[in-house]
Amino acid sequence: MSARTVCSLRKGEKGVIKSFTNREMSLKLLEMGCLPGSEVRLDAIAPFGDPICINVGGCYSLSLRLNEAAVIELE
Amino acid sequence: MKQVHIKVALVGNPNAGKSTLFNALTGLRQKTGNFPGVTVEKKSGTFRLSGLEGQPDTAVTVVDLPGTYSIYPKSKDETVVMDILANPKHPDYPDVVIIVADASNLQRNLLLFTEVSDLGVPSILALNMLDVASSMNLTVNAVQLAMQLNVPVIRINARTGEGIGNLKEAVKQIVEKSEKPALQYFYEPKGKEVEMIEEVRELYQLDNDYVALQYVCQHDNFSFLEQPVRAKLDTLIEKYGFDENHFLASETVARYEKIKPIVSKAVKSQGITEQPYWTRKLDSILLHSVWGYVTFAFVLLVVFQAIFAWASYPMDMLDAATAQTIEWTKEVLPKGVLNDLITDGILAGIGGIIIFIPQIAILFALVSVLEESGYMARVMVIMDKLMRRFGLNGRSVVPLISGVACAVPAIMTTRSISSRYERLLTILVTPLMSCSARLPIYTILIALVVPTTKVFGFFNMQGLVLFGLYVLGLVGALGSAWLLSLFIPRKEPGYFMLEMPTYKWPRWGHVGFSMYESVKSFVLEAGKVIMAISIILWVLASYGPGDSMRNAENRVIAEMGTKPQEEINVAVASAKLENSYAGQFGHFIEPVIRPLGYDWKIGIALLASFAAREVFVGTMATIYSIGGDSEDVLTVKEKLLNEKNPYTGAAMFTPAVCYSLLMFYVFAMMCMSTIAVVYRETHGWKWPLIQLVYLMALAYVSAFATFQLLS
Repeated sequence: MSARTVCSLRKGEKGVIKSFTNREMSLKLLEMGCLPGSEVRLDAIAPFGDPICINVGGCYSLSLRLNEAAVIELE
Repeated sequence: MKQVHIKVALVGNPNAGKSTLFNALTGLRQKTGNFPGVTVEKKSGTFRLSGLEGQPDTAVTVVDLPGTYSIYPKSKDETVVMDILANPKHPDYPDVVIIVADASNLQRNLLLFTEVSDLGVPSILALNMLDVASSMNLTVNAVQLAMQLNVPVIRINARTGEGIGNLKEAVKQIVEKSEKPALQYFYEPKGKEVEMIEEVRELYQLDNDYVALQYVCQHDNFSFLEQPVRAKLDTLIEKYGFDENHFLASETVARYEKIKPIVSKAVKSQGITEQPYWTRKLDSILLHSVWGYVTFAFVLLVVFQAIFAWASYPMDMLDAATAQTIEWTKEVLPKGVLNDLITDGILAGIGGIIIFIPQIAILFALVSVLEESGYMARVMVIMDKLMRRFGLNGRSVVPLISGVACAVPAIMTTRSISSRYERLLTILVTPLMSCSARLPIYTILIALVVPTTKVFGFFNMQGLVLFGLYVLGLVGALGSAWLLSLFIPRKEPGYFMLEMPTYKWPRWGHVGFSMYESVKSFVLEAGKVIMAISIILWVLASYGPGDSMRNAENRVIAEMGTKPQEEINVAVASAKLENSYAGQFGHFIEPVIRPLGYDWKIGIALLASFAAREVFVGTMATIYSIGGDSEDVLTVKEKLLNEKNPYTGAAMFTPAVCYSLLMFYVFAMMCMSTIAVVYRETHGWKWPLIQLVYLMALAYVSAFATFQLLS
């Protein structure tokens, strides 16, 4: 079974970031404040299912495409 | 030590309130320009400090650097930040950097702070958005933070102006300190990095470890490094086996490791940290799969209503004012060539520019309100999936909407699209959106052939056709983007990743200022070209080779003999035009445009409007030799209705010809300013030429098909 990622969250569900599977994307995500250990919550799904909006650490809301969200593995 | 000129730079994350602080610091003493050597918009301004080193009054220059999450650039704009901060010889290199941080998300904002601080520029941390933080149950201890970071930390509220005085005072204190305090690096290099930094420092006489490290990581972005230096740095990367990607991630993680304990000491949470209630509430509506689109459609409707209905009042006034000025000038100045050049050439040209100011002002004010409030980010989210189908990005929505007013500022807004590929496609298709310069052409041609009958009792047929032309432009833009995406290879995956700012009331001063800026850039950018063309066209239409014009005049007078003077004058003017340089060129290109249904007179108008479409109606007015008010649509319309086809003797402007012209103008790339801005934004002639050729081909083919089908 593949690892759980942000994509597998349901609306309103929370998860904790474990690691990233893509190095280039991981730098962008780190700089945007998505750190391993941070709690994320899926807040909204755009019409047609993509992009999604996640809340990071309660602090702020980040919108990502599904392929970007798939890089974030959850614990 | 006495410093005459003090420079301060503002850096910060997007949405941290950097521009608001910039406005609060400088007020209206600001200007926009370009950073030397790069085409990134630079906002700079001044504020005054009294009592600095005994001086009664010192001017401090503030430069607002593009918002960024780190010193490693992700888009074209962001490269400027390091180009300045890593180069002490840069004319904008600051004496003090103010890092604006969003207190409600301190951990992430401090990443950029530690990076900038490590570069060795004296820094101040301005803590903004403390009100948002407290509404999220967070309290931030600025003193504690200052002690740990070892820099001045100033609490500000950029929107109300609170703490700005303290911030200026902090700038003053730093400047007055004669020697820099010893720098404590937040990031300590490891292993082989240490040796490599040592070598780079020695090679290029650098006094800062982190700047040396950035020479290695970012030398391709540094405009101040020559090619041999870059090549040398590349060999060092090989020598030390430096893996940049790996380094960047591990550096960022290491920085966060330092930041985390600092933040946990300085920031205390009372209760649950959650975004403001209204932001969550509004998001649930504006991102909704039904209500999100309903709201967006409504917003678009208001935008269109504003630029087409509300703008028509000031536009009519400007139009009348221009006509009066021309008439007045004609009478006041002595008759002659100079009078004609000033009135028919220059003043008519200026009139053609200022008529569009209301539309552009209103559109950019509305776009700025949508951006300031935070709504535009939501639009980008709900449009991203749709836009991606055509090879574009959710962020392409802003240039496409702005394109309805003018493609020139619209193309400049594409700089925020970080994926180079998606940005290029957006630039290539934005001119297909029907800009306000096409509106007068649409209006007059529709008035000629479309009846004013009502459809379903309340839709005006003319209005529907106009709406159809705008839709056609949008379909053309999306369709071309899709077609181009099949031919242009994509080198990198596009990415979206967008921070959703909290909703805020727009600041009207800021809206007004951005409106003023866009109008100014339009008047200057497009204005120059339109002016020049009006003058050239006037010359070409007023003079002909050798004696051809005088001969034509004498011939007509001889032929018409006893006819009334008025009729003779009209015939003379038309014969003179036919024999002018412009007329001869019109005849020259007639074979090419005949299949589209056009004659040599339309040919002249097409040629003239190649520089700027808005010239078309004015040129038609000149060519069909209407005296007096050349902008008067009614008279132009009557003249066009009376115009006979020289070959068939029937009316010239048949529905087939008008629809063919409409199709041509929907697609054709008839705007020098757009070509110039595409050249500037893509750094070369390749893309503007490709764009010109494909849009012209599209215009020709559709006009041809329309004419042949309808006639």
